[in-house]
Amino acid sequence: MKAIVPVKRVVDPYLRIRVKSDGSGVDTDQLKMVMNPFDEIALEEALRLKEKGLITSIVVVSIGTVTCQETLRHGLALGADAAILVENEQANNSFDFANLLTEVVKKEQADLVLMGKQAIDSDANQTAQMLAALLDWPQATFISKLDINEGVAQVTRETDAGLEMLSVNLPAVFSVDLRLNEPRYATLPNIMRAKSKPLQIMSLALEYNPSQLQTKSVTPPPTRPKGTMLGSVAELVEKIKPLLFN
Amino acid sequence: MSTLIWIEHDEFNIHPATSNLIVAATQLAQPVHALVIGANVAKVADEVAQIGGVTKVITCEASYYFPFRPEPLAQLIAATLTHYQSLVALSTTTGKNIVPRVAGLCKQPMLSDVIKILSPTTFVRPIYAGNAISEQSFNNCKAIITIRPTAFEKQNSKQPHCSIEKIEPLPDDKRTEVLTVAKRANKTDLQSARIVVSGGRALGSKENFQIINKFAELIGAAVGASRAAVDAGFIANDYQVGQTGKIVAPEVYFALGISGAIQHVAGMKDSKVIVAINKDIDAPIFEIATYGLVGDIFTILPQITAAITHK
Repeated sequence: MKAIVPVKRVVDPYLRIRVKSDGSGVDTDQLKMVMNPFDEIALEEALRLKEKGLITSIVVVSIGTVTCQETLRHGLALGADAAILVENEQANNSFDFANLLTEVVKKEQADLVLMGKQAIDSDANQTAQMLAALLDWPQATFISKLDINEGVAQVTRETDAGLEMLSVNLPAVFSVDLRLNEPRYATLPNIMRAKSKPLQIMSLALEYNPSQLQTKSVTPPPTRPKGTMLGSVAELVEKIKPLLFN
Repeated sequence: MSTLIWIEHDEFNIHPATSNLIVAATQLAQPVHALVIGANVAKVADEVAQIGGVTKVITCEASYYFPFRPEPLAQLIAATLTHYQSLVALSTTTGKNIVPRVAGLCKQPMLSDVIKILSPTTFVRPIYAGNAISEQSFNNCKAIITIRPTAFEKQNSKQPHCSIEKIEPLPDDKRTEVLTVAKRANKTDLQSARIVVSGGRALGSKENFQIINKFAELIGAAVGASRAAVDAGFIANDYQVGQTGKIVAPEVYFALGISGAIQHVAGMKDSKVIVAINKDIDAPIFEIATYGLVGDIFTILPQITAAITHK
């Protein structure tokens, strides 16, 4: 069984970002880029499935420019078997990414896709679900536990109401939540070994005009009005009491 | 052209944020029709039919439509959506599970977590955990969105019962099956709660963190935590509020013993009122707090509890 793990290159979540003054987007120049933390959890889960002998190979996939090779090499250093860079600069929303990933999944004849529930830049939380729709595969989102037994996955999903246990027939798309696991670190020997693992460059174009969704502007968030420092518990209670029980 | 809203419910009650959803939907193409899907929908459909702003309720019943699974639901919603210009649903975990699949089936993009509607095709949503705000518009396709409930007002207007139309279910492919649902012990969900009480590293231990749980229970709030508290093992990491945890925007957010690291602030700074209590007067959390109080939580929280329980 082959697993595809899409990984997105994003700004390090611990850095403060700056919006470009012309409103065209976020300035990511000079900022440290990392693998999207949720995707790292997805990759870790794939590695554990492979260690348990439940899957045989893991392919990490990234969409974008050559700079994504760095993210893919990191994925290989963590233990993925092969990497694919989809060179495409047209794609700019989850639907576009889902379309390109659909092509990759079909070409690779994968049995499952494991990916982060969202990327920490666009915060869309859509690609996994759209990919499942385009492939006509079932999906399990926000999973915090995954077992696979004879072509059927049993997952625990984190929902507003609580934990949902779901059985899902493979092939399927899974999007992972934070609680699933603690990702490992890449060791130096593995980083060295990653350099000789295969990294394929695939040129894919979108088969439609990707203009259905346009970004008009990106602006800094409104600043919060300066708050009040209070002097006593009594003052605080007076302020918050009306807010608590209305 | 008109707008379709998908109603989230548990077969007994509609989601408490449904009225926020209707307020948002009325800012789009009119009229607004509500789609209620489930195994038993009569009670929920009746309730929705009497909410001001809804001109028609469409129901569809089949045993396999509850508990909600995205495969059969998305298929039915996408088929119904053919006759509409837009689809609006809540950006709850259920909405986020189903609506992108609907968009995928409709072969088009969508926008999640919308916080403002500028026109029936132009929307505002936060990106980078609210550190930037993006304005986006749909062209030559439907407007498919999920809204962040707390960004829209509630309305409580009642109306005479509108018409209810029943549609036929579509077949289920049975590739997924819900085995069990374990309800959360603390019933109040972090991301849709009106009030959130979060604790940080200053709590010092798992045992001490109980003071946060008790206070939250007292005021009917959801419990949250900073990454520092989670990493220290005071509480499980699904309670983490922050850029890589849950992003919340309640009416009132209590940051108790939380210093205010960028990572955490990104997950809660859109809260309407932020109350911060911290020993350290220089803690960055005070820069964004609506009300700040310097002091020790273990002294202050019991005092607050006493004052608010004393009528």
